[in-house]
Amino acid sequence: MKERTVIAANRFGLGARPGDLEIVDRNPQSWLLDQLQGPSRTPRDIRKLPHSSTVLVAVQALRRDERQQKKSAANGEPQMDQVQKYGRVARGHFMDQVSARYRAAAGSDYPFYERLVHFWSNHFAISIDKQPLPTITGLFENEAIRPNVAGKFADMLLAVEKHPAMIFYLDNQRSIGPNSQLAKRANRRNGQRDVGINENLAREILELHTLGVNGGYTQKDVTTFAKVITGWSIGGSSENGRFAEGEPGKFEFRDAIHEPGKKTILGKQYKQSGVSQGEAVLRDLATHPSTAKFLATKLARHFVADEPPARLVEELASAYLESGGDLSAVYETLIQADDPWQKVHTKFKTPHEFVISTFRAFDHVPRDARFVVQALDMMGQSIFKPGSPEGWPDTAEQWGGADGLYKRIEWCNTVARVVGSKVSPANLGDAILGPSLKSDTRKSIARAESGVQGLTLLLASPEFQRR
Amino acid sequence: MVTRRDIIRSAGAGAIAAALPSFVFAKTESTSRFVLVILRGAADGMSIAAPYGDSDYPRIRGDLALSPPGQDGGALKLDGMFGLHPSLAGVFEEYEKNQALVVHAIASPYRERSHFDGQDVLENGGANAGLLRDGWLNRALGPPGSSLGNESAIAMAVNTPLVLRGENEVTSWAPSQLPDAEESTIRRLQDLYADDEFFATRLAQAIKSQEIADGEQSMDRMRRRSRDAKQVKNMMLATSRFLTADGGPQIAVVETGGWDTHQNQGNATGALANRLAGLDAGLVALRDGLGSTWSDTVVAVVTEFGRTAHVNGTRGTDHGTATAAILLGGAVNGGRVVADWPGLGKSDLYEGRDLTPTADTRGMFKGILADHLAVPGSVLENSVFPNSADAPQMRDLIRA
Repeated sequence: MKERTVIAANRFGLGARPGDLEIVDRNPQSWLLDQLQGPSRTPRDIRKLPHSSTVLVAVQALRRDERQQKKSAANGEPQMDQVQKYGRVARGHFMDQVSARYRAAAGSDYPFYERLVHFWSNHFAISIDKQPLPTITGLFENEAIRPNVAGKFADMLLAVEKHPAMIFYLDNQRSIGPNSQLAKRANRRNGQRDVGINENLAREILELHTLGVNGGYTQKDVTTFAKVITGWSIGGSSENGRFAEGEPGKFEFRDAIHEPGKKTILGKQYKQSGVSQGEAVLRDLATHPSTAKFLATKLARHFVADEPPARLVEELASAYLESGGDLSAVYETLIQADDPWQKVHTKFKTPHEFVISTFRAFDHVPRDARFVVQALDMMGQSIFKPGSPEGWPDTAEQWGGADGLYKRIEWCNTVARVVGSKVSPANLGDAILGPSLKSDTRKSIARAESGVQGLTLLLASPEFQRR
Repeated sequence: MVTRRDIIRSAGAGAIAAALPSFVFAKTESTSRFVLVILRGAADGMSIAAPYGDSDYPRIRGDLALSPPGQDGGALKLDGMFGLHPSLAGVFEEYEKNQALVVHAIASPYRERSHFDGQDVLENGGANAGLLRDGWLNRALGPPGSSLGNESAIAMAVNTPLVLRGENEVTSWAPSQLPDAEESTIRRLQDLYADDEFFATRLAQAIKSQEIADGEQSMDRMRRRSRDAKQVKNMMLATSRFLTADGGPQIAVVETGGWDTHQNQGNATGALANRLAGLDAGLVALRDGLGSTWSDTVVAVVTEFGRTAHVNGTRGTDHGTATAAILLGGAVNGGRVVADWPGLGKSDLYEGRDLTPTADTRGMFKGILADHLAVPGSVLENSVFPNSADAPQMRDLIRA
């Protein structure tokens, strides 16, 4: 069996299931390239989920009721059952989406494609520590990321920045152009200060989604870009009942709060009006050389090593620019390069990757995600909650804390107890790690005191904790 | 010479307790303790310590301004110019005992406005993001034989933050709810990891930390207003336990998030006030947990940068530049505000929008490391904060 087989299944894929290595071994590179078309249908669990606009409308109504009650209640506190009702509904949506995500990953025959979905979802990270994001973040991944991972980056970028989840997360629905119709009216009326721009989304698009922090933009570009995208909002009435136009829960361009006029970003003037101005800026950002470099570096770090070879990064960036930002062209260059195949187990798995690969090792699709949620909370990678728009880090240095390792070992032990002695640990090791399982490790697993201990040793082995 | 690897190997043969002497935490001669608290997300220095004596302050901060001392919900009077946020009552108590001080208009050398690069510079101790891949506090730990021994520091987190990453071994700990793996399984893993340095050192550290932390769960029961506040408080209680353990670490790093107040920041009450109250309760818990050790402790509360002087369009503030830092502890030469106040007039502001920095975090850290932890000046200048002549050591932060 080829070492490339192990690399394809475990570093490019989500971890081998028993039997997978034999299939991949026929031609590891073709096995990856064939997946770029994606599955003919979206995975069943994900297909069954509602659209984010439906969820958003329903949960916003619940939140409005809560607020209404709070206002009318004598003690200023909403009734407990109303708060609990929102919490219960929100938790239900979150668990449905998380279950679908991890069930799809555990059972996927397209694990490279699935990994790309997770990669880009983390690139465009949303953190659910703000309501009502727990109810729509999984849907954001499915609606804005999943259909676009093998296409043009610009299409994914536009889908992401127009998705209500991203607009909510980075406050853009509240950003108001100082010379917009609404601001002028408000200023005439009472000179109120509650009208102005919010730079949050504009800054993170430049810093984290496209050019990268050293990509050559200035504070002035941030402020101007924030003005360009004023009005990028969500349809239907907002929480305070201020606006009503547009299709509820979907992207809506609100001309009334858009800062009018031509604007200059990165030295280029944009004369478009309305929503097309922001779209034009995003399309230019998508094919900017800094974006190519930034994305190429992140991809190479994810698929090759924490410190990716500079030459490979350049090759990927060139493939990106020459194809006009076609991601499949970049993946093809990556897979056909020599660098990814030089060494096995170059990457320390994140907790997320570790948990998914464990499920796949046992060929087990969890019924729901409760166990996964607990596990990842414990290991420091709470699902969809990186805490910032930068997303989760991607190097061993950042994941390799002593405590993080100990939590994994404890979790391995718990999983091993659940699985018990249903499988032979050493044979399972051969099936999922192939020739990369070291003979000493295999010996140690085979000589374990019990099946439970043997499985714990396999899962906690350096070979299985890396990809 | 017995290496770490030998010790870990030998652990496979013996009982686990006997195999884990104090090699994880080198016994330190000094009794000084240092806790670095990082507020991630850019905490608003003008809310932590409000410049109520600056006539531009009420104008520029509008609804977000704190009332002057003495008024309902007013700031707690530090001096004629500055007042502490009313949520920081515990810190104020220490201030009145001359055991806390505020350094105002302080910033790292970073002058852009990205959280992640800002935190990178705050923690790497260099002048730019990405320049140094290890942290200043880690570099201050070595070399072995200097006043701070190896493995005398702990990150109170599942993953070690940059400020503590580097060549010198540190450990980390965070609470767990999982049942322990059996002793024999751990022993076999130590054998399995023997040839893999990455795994071997981390497992050894984790085991030792787990022992020290035992008994921590029982304090977990107290009901708090918010879960976040409870987490900060529990983390601080655990920190005090580590810092007072026999042969335990001398230095701890604690992180807390949620300071990025782009909207509805509030003033004496509201989102930021709640955050600050949680922080304050945590600092009080740390003080109480440290007991008599508090008298030789310095706690530094810092953040990556400040926020805009003006209020933004959503009753919050955007990313800015200078902010405030708090030092507290029995070893702090407190009861005063250290500030060369730049003013809030239009021409006073950095790029017309942010509080202008007049102090450098590196200078403050140098002052703590030199006068509290006895790190030699040459080490500070050459390796801990290279090329930092523009940030001279701040004097008299520590009680003589």
